[in-house]
Formats: sequence, C-alpha cells, structure tokens
Amino acid sequence: MANRCAIIGVGQTAYKTKRLDVSMAGLLREAARRALEDAQLTWKDIDAVVVGKAPDLFEGVMMPETFLAEALGAAGKPVMRVHTAGSVGGSTAIVAAGLIQGGVHDRVLTIAWEKQSESNATWALTVNSPFTTSLVVGAGGYFAPHIRAYMRRSGAPDHIGTLVAVKDRQNALKNPWAHLKIPGISREMVESTPMLWEPIRYLETCPSSDGACAMVLASEDAAKKAPAPPAWVHGTAMRSEPMQFAGRDTVSPQGGKDAAADVYRQAGISDPRRELDCAEVYVPFSWYEPMWLENLGFCGESEGWKLTEAGATAMDGDIPWNPSGGVLSSNPIGASGMIRFAEAALQVRGQAGEHQVDGARRALGHAYGGGAQFFAMWIVGSDKP
Amino acid sequence: MPRPVAVVAFAQTEHSGEDRGMAEIEILAPVITEIKERTGQKQFGFTCSGSCDYLAGAPFAFVSALDAIGAWPPISESHVEMDAAWALYEAWVKLQHGDIDTALVYGFGKSSQGNLRAVLTQQLDPYHLAPLGIDAVSLAALQARAYMERSGAKEDDLRAVAARSREAGRGNPFALHLPEPEGDDYDVAPLHPYDVAPVTDGAAAIVLAAGDRARDMCERPAWITGIDHRTEPHAPGVRDLSRSDSARVAGERAGATGIEVAELHAQYTHEELILREALGLGEDTAVNPSGGPLSANPMMAAGLIRIGEAAARVHDGSASRVLGHASSGPCLQQNLVCVLSGENHG
Repeated sequence: MANRCAIIGVGQTAYKTKRLDVSMAGLLREAARRALEDAQLTWKDIDAVVVGKAPDLFEGVMMPETFLAEALGAAGKPVMRVHTAGSVGGSTAIVAAGLIQGGVHDRVLTIAWEKQSESNATWALTVNSPFTTSLVVGAGGYFAPHIRAYMRRSGAPDHIGTLVAVKDRQNALKNPWAHLKIPGISREMVESTPMLWEPIRYLETCPSSDGACAMVLASEDAAKKAPAPPAWVHGTAMRSEPMQFAGRDTVSPQGGKDAAADVYRQAGISDPRRELDCAEVYVPFSWYEPMWLENLGFCGESEGWKLTEAGATAMDGDIPWNPSGGVLSSNPIGASGMIRFAEAALQVRGQAGEHQVDGARRALGHAYGGGAQFFAMWIVGSDKP
Repeated sequence: MPRPVAVVAFAQTEHSGEDRGMAEIEILAPVITEIKERTGQKQFGFTCSGSCDYLAGAPFAFVSALDAIGAWPPISESHVEMDAAWALYEAWVKLQHGDIDTALVYGFGKSSQGNLRAVLTQQLDPYHLAPLGIDAVSLAALQARAYMERSGAKEDDLRAVAARSREAGRGNPFALHLPEPEGDDYDVAPLHPYDVAPVTDGAAAIVLAAGDRARDMCERPAWITGIDHRTEPHAPGVRDLSRSDSARVAGERAGATGIEVAELHAQYTHEELILREALGLGEDTAVNPSGGPLSANPMMAAGLIRIGEAAARVHDGSASRVLGHASSGPCLQQNLVCVLSGENHG
C-alpha cells in the first residue's frame, strides 16, 4: 500500500501571450517561489525536483532541465524531466507524487511550464518525421475531424461548443492568473469569429501562452507542518494507447475510460457526477467538454452535450467544470495539465478565491495529450484518503 | 526498507555506427518483441521509456514508439525526455507503491540522422552558452584538460582507456567493433578521435519485477539494492569540472561499495577516470567489460544499457555485486547510480 501524498503548496505565474520580462529560468522560478511561499518552505527543504513540459521544439532547447538546474534550486538533488505530450503537466505531478507515495522522498517540488513566445507551437506541432506526411496544421487540424465525428454520432446541435467557450471565458474573469479575459464574452461574439478548422472557431480554441505552474508535494509527516490545509491525493492514473490503430475510437478513447475507471476505483467513487464537487478537465477546444463528459463517465454516450446545454457544468451547476477558465483561457501547453491538477487542489483546500466552488471537498484534475491517446488524472480531497 | 525489485531481463540491438535506413521505431521494435518473448509477458504493470525529440528533429519521438510496442488494450505508461536509465528509475519508484509487480523500460536513439555534436549544443543554456556554438566535444575537452591538470593524467592514460574499451567491445556482439586507437591527430585537444564515443544508433529494453515475481521470471535476478541520481549546476564555470560531485553523492546514496563490475556511461575517456574516482572504484573493479559507450553509444539507451550489461553479469553468475551508471547533460552534469546484487532479497 502506497504512502499518503499531500499538496501543501501551489504557485502559478500570470499566463500571458508573451512574458518578455523574464527568461525561461525566471518564469519557472516565479511559479516555484510562490509554491514554496504557500508551503512556507525554502529551497533547501526540497528533496527532489520533477520538471515537465511538452516538446523541446516549442522553445528550441533540447532537454531544458539541464540548463534550468540552478534556477530550480536543484544542484545536489535529483531532477527528472517528464514528457508525455499535452498530458505532461498531469503526468509530471503523478511522477512527483509517486516519489512521495513510494516512500523515496518527503518533499518534492514539481513544476511544468511552456514559454511559447520563444518559438511557434503550431509550427512545432506540424513538423513530422521524414517518414510520414503531415496532413494537418497544428493541434486543431488534427482534432477537428474527431469533433465532427462526435457531433454526427451524438446528434449534438452546432451551438454546444459556443456555450463552453462562453462559460469558460466567464469563469476566467474571476481567475487572477488567466490569460484570456474577455469582458462581455457572449455567444454572438464567439460566433462572429473566423472558422479555423471546421467546426472550430477562433474563440473556441485555446490561446498560446507563456506560463508555469508549480506544486510542493509532501509525505504525511511533512504535511503536518504545513501552514495551510493540504489537499490529499486520493488516486492517480495514467493510460496510453497507440495513435495509429484501426480499432481506436478517437472520439471517446479507451485509454481515457480506463484511466477514469482506475482513478475512481482508487478514490472509491462510483458516480463521478454526484460524488465529485468540481473538475478541472483538459478542454483545449470547446467541443471537448461534452466529449470528455461522456469519456469520463459523468453521463451516458451522446448525453454530454445535454449536460453542457443544461448548465450542469457552469459555476452554479451541479458539477462545475473548469472554474478557473480552463485550457480555453490559459494554455502554456506543458503546464496546462499541471494547472488542472493544481486548480483541483486549490478547490479542495478552499483557496481558489473568486472562482472557488462552495464547499468543494473532492475534485478531479485531468489532462490528455498526443492524438488523444495519453491520459493523466488525479483525484484530490480535503480529507485524508 | 524499499520493496525488493530486480532486473529480470535485458535486450539490446546490434548497435550500428551508420544509418541502416531504419526509422527509430524500426530499430526499437525487434528489441520489444525479443524481451516480451524472453519473459513470456505481453503486458506489464507499467511501461516507461526514454528518448529525445532532437535526435529525430521532430516532436514526439515517443509517440510512434508507443505504436511499435503494441499498447493495446491501453497501458499504464510514461516517458522521460532523458536517457532511459531515468525511465528505469521512474519505474522502480512506481514498483515501490506495491500495486504492480512488473515494468517494461526501453530507450532508443538514432544519432546518425543529424550532426550529434551540433544537436547537443541545443542542450545548452539558450541565452548564454548555446549562442556561442560550443559543441559537446569542445566542452568535454575543457573537462579533460581540467582533469589532467589536477590529476597529472597524460594523454596516454586516456588512450589506455580507449584501447581497453575497444578491445572489450570487439568481444561484444552488440557493440561496434572498432580498431586499436591510433594516430596523433586531435579532435578537440587534448581529446583524440578515439577518446570520443562513436555516433551510434540503437535501442535497449529492460524488464523489472518485484519480489516473488522476479524469482519466477529469472533464475538469478539482479536485485536493485540502491539507486540514486543527482544533478549539478549547468554552467561549466560554477563547478569543478575535474570532479563529479553528483556521481559521488549518487554513489554513496546507492551504496556503491564492494563493486565487482561497473558499467559506466563514460562518453569520453577522461570521464571514465573521473567517474572511477568519484565512485571509489579501485583496480579490483572491472570497468566496462562490455566495451562501454566508447564501443557503442546509442543516445538515450546507452545509460540503460549500462544497467542491463551490469545486470547481465549477475544473471550469468559471473558477478554478484555490480553497478550501472548513467549520465545526462554536458560534462557529466547529471549522474545516476544503480547498484545490483545477485544475493537473494526479500
């Protein structure tokens, strides 16, 4: 049986199109220092550092954890670099939690980041190896056909994606770190923006952000000394499946279903919609909210869009999704998964500020990556598991 | 007390010093097939890999590898953008949780498809070091100079390391078969071409298992009695390049004493001498009997191969206390030490 793991510190940077005032090292240090301050710890209290970010081509630096060692206070300590595509922020937190649960360390700093202004992510996502032909441009080009398949399969009306885009941007107005803050955001505004990849409109897609997110994870003993209430890890799961496989359901991937079933089992949850108080779910294109509602078992097949349409996932709904504004409002790709995990922790610690869900005691953090083939999830709670 | 976990199987490619016209996953796939056949396992409790996108010059090297290993039904899986020795560490940690009993670890790299030493320049601090265009061999030469000045070692001492490694490599069916070191020309002084590990394509895989499962899968498992890794600052000006403090600390924490065979991820001859000193390896320790990275250095797999080669000495009964080492970053910035034992644990 694994040891208990607590989240005792969370730190985020403001997410912006360009952070020209800091280097990559400066950006990471900002998030890490805030996480340490939250836990009232210093660099020397940290036993190990686990770093995550998406492909090195995003900034043009190979294995950047090597040059970041000093900035992360890591000299003399173990450092690992996790990379699982878009799910990496979540996977990184899970690897760090594993160091606590496996009894290897007492306090681990985990940090994920992307400084996309130093390169061009859409270009980096479009480069293919010489052995295959790139048929799409960027992530939107890859995911649009799967969204269309979902619409056809579920009978969802055209406006569902618009509703999610509005809802998440409204939530973002309450989040001090959020990148996109669009006062007066409305359906008309979203529908008036250009179509990028049918059916994805400009305001139904995520921004390209600079930013970092950090957490201090602690063993049960170390968590006793934490100044603020910790969030406890109730379960973690990672699943991967092949990208090229004729039997794959790319609309509702088996890997996502399996990871959800695993993490619910660990947390003792049989009805996620009823037993979870909120969820931070990786929704980079608005249509992924109804798709993931089904994939994560919050409702039956072809029912997800009905939950969205009925307002179930809004702040005042029965299961708020992405109170922070989500990936649609801030997307430093490598960090986006960890932000979901960290925001879930903030909710159950009661520290989510204006976007706090009242009385949240159990929350889901979720991330996905690659061709919707990598999944990372955790469930955190205010009570010890 | 950590849960007893052992290396129970190891497989590697016949490494190549030149492009054989295969994609990375074509290099990797036979190794995965072999290790599944060898262990009789199709699925593992956890899978973790190490690779690097910059070797392919395109993002997501690990994604196509996942297609090659047959991840269906979906598997519990992760990836480090590091040498696969760190993937093994992640898998070892996962096995400590107690809810899984087996893990598959693999690493692969095709260095021949680019200019490796130029590619490695992109690993340096992008604001200060990389724009200078300093390449990996030039940085290594700085370290070699610092070591030789402190220790009094001569170029002939480095050549002796190359000669011993290459001779051992010629006896290893998986390594490149390189001639006796000769010639006075420098690559970057004081390093001669033979002081530098050859550009190599290849892949490797290891299976870890815990407790009784390890005993079921392997006649003489190589039990991991200690594993630790440490980093040092990146900037070459703020550390003593003539020593490897991170290797020393990792070795101490992993309990690296009484070692009969050490497989060191020394990519330059002087690195072996620095690492021997840092790990306290005396004359009675056989170093790199496989030929080491100086005889075959497939990037992102070479560190994992060190652990596999060390474990193989336990598996075949020729040694009972061995060490595998991996490094990452310029001038031995990061070091991982894994101590393995043939004595029954757990």
